[in-house]
Amino acid sequence: MRKISRLGSEARLGWALVAPALAVIALIAIFPLGWTFWESLHLHELRMPWLGKPFVGIANYVEIAKDPRFWAALGHTAFFTVVSISLELLIGLFLALAMNRVFRGRGFVRAAVLVPWAIPTVVAALLWRFIFESQGGILNAMLVDAGVINQPIVWFIEASKAWVPVILADVWKTTPFVALLLLAGLQNIDLSLYEAAAVDGANGWWQLRHITLPLLKPAILVTLIFRTLDGFRVFDLIYVLTGGGPGTSTEPIALYTFNALLQNLRFGYGSALSVVIFAITFALAMLYVRGLGVRLGGEE
Amino acid sequence: MRQSWGRWAFGLAVVLLMAFTLFPFYWAIVASFTSDAALFRDPSLIPQHLIFDHYRALFTERDFITPIRNSLIVAGTTTLFCLTVGTLAAYALARIDFRGKAPIMAFILAVTMFPQISIVSPLYLLLRSLRLIDTYPGLIMPYMTFAMPLTVWVLTGSIRQIPKDLEEAAHVDGATRRQSFMKILLPLAVPSLATTGILTFIYCWNEFLFALSFTLGPERQTVPVAIALFRGQYQVPWGQILAAAVVATAPVAAMVLVFQRRIVQGLTAGAVKG
Repeated sequence: MRKISRLGSEARLGWALVAPALAVIALIAIFPLGWTFWESLHLHELRMPWLGKPFVGIANYVEIAKDPRFWAALGHTAFFTVVSISLELLIGLFLALAMNRVFRGRGFVRAAVLVPWAIPTVVAALLWRFIFESQGGILNAMLVDAGVINQPIVWFIEASKAWVPVILADVWKTTPFVALLLLAGLQNIDLSLYEAAAVDGANGWWQLRHITLPLLKPAILVTLIFRTLDGFRVFDLIYVLTGGGPGTSTEPIALYTFNALLQNLRFGYGSALSVVIFAITFALAMLYVRGLGVRLGGEE
Repeated sequence: MRQSWGRWAFGLAVVLLMAFTLFPFYWAIVASFTSDAALFRDPSLIPQHLIFDHYRALFTERDFITPIRNSLIVAGTTTLFCLTVGTLAAYALARIDFRGKAPIMAFILAVTMFPQISIVSPLYLLLRSLRLIDTYPGLIMPYMTFAMPLTVWVLTGSIRQIPKDLEEAAHVDGATRRQSFMKILLPLAVPSLATTGILTFIYCWNEFLFALSFTLGPERQTVPVAIALFRGQYQVPWGQILAAAVVATAPVAAMVLVFQRRIVQGLTAGAVKG
């Protein structure tokens, strides 16, 4: 009897301590999310206040379905996400395997790799924009000097070229984070497995394929979730590097939504776009968690 | 023979990756000390004449102090508030057994992952009706949306790694939860609090979308917004932009290098479990 009441008071204490944090999150994150949805069912043009805010049902969503700029933006986002994450996983895996070894300068590598991750994305984008500038950009200067090209390349005038600095900058900035998550996974692998394999005469490649990669799968999947969701909300990087241009040819959905909201002040339509982004991210997360059976850590 | 070839390839790959990682920093620092004229006429990897004009201009012609102050106030306040409220929640989640803990953790993790852009419109309308656009509270409040779940998540993972023995012994000796929390756990958790605080601060310092959406002019702009919107009269003032980038990045880079080991632990604790 006493034990039960003690457990009850423990539970009450637990909830009481968690309550303020949960209240803050609910008030400023969850409640606005509901509001976004409500807003998305209305026509709400801040530029045209005389229109009022009539309820229009799913009209905004119908408009999205027919909006070529939305579908293009979705395509850009998917392209950006798939290409950059593939590169980041490959390079990140190599870096993680490297940092897991003992070699001279390992401490330096670990520290150096963390800096791009920690700086503002805006700054990272500017550094790469500066390297790729057509006039006075160091990359063009080096390529011309080396005789690789005759004329400086104008990187930001065509979508196919503009993606190069965008993806490179993202790989540069985010690979460290990927490598660190994978490294944490590597360090959980029992070393005796490798010793046993070595005794049986297995080479490094065999060990990588049959021990490291299978046991690293949970870490790889978690990284994949984090990075996919990050990729789908990409904003800062492209805002600074290309501004979505030339034209709207590198515009991701977050930037399109931002423009609809704060440039054109179309709050109803912009909110509907926000809801669509949220739904896509949510569906992706669910897909990973259910379909791939990822277990997110934290509990036991 | 094959072994040594492999080692060479490995070493070369690591060196190339390091060059790729460090080159943009090197080049930005060199360029920030080079005159714009020299930069555009004939960019040179090795610094020729070092000048400090860009840095001077940053604080005289442009008022770069204001965005730095804004960023410090917004990021600092958000971090302190999140640490205070977050510590209580993290303690409960790490140390007290109660039903609903797993869903709460899942919920917090889910919130850290949802896209910021999806709440820009209601936050804008809300802040506008409260007349908080272009004010400090108008940034601090939105920042809680990502800072609070981040703080609670990282801190919970970090506190879980502190051994329970001392607290349990104190409970056996009749100490109350309040006493064991204040007298035993809190002192032990100071490094965890510091690491979490640094992480939260960095996320706030770097934030761009909310700061861009909810400020109107240079008065309340934070550092990333100020740098991104830098404009010159005739051409892009690259020298000044890079000087500003160096100023904005140096403190963060220094913190990260000093607390490297702890930050990595904080980031990956709880994120990856096999």
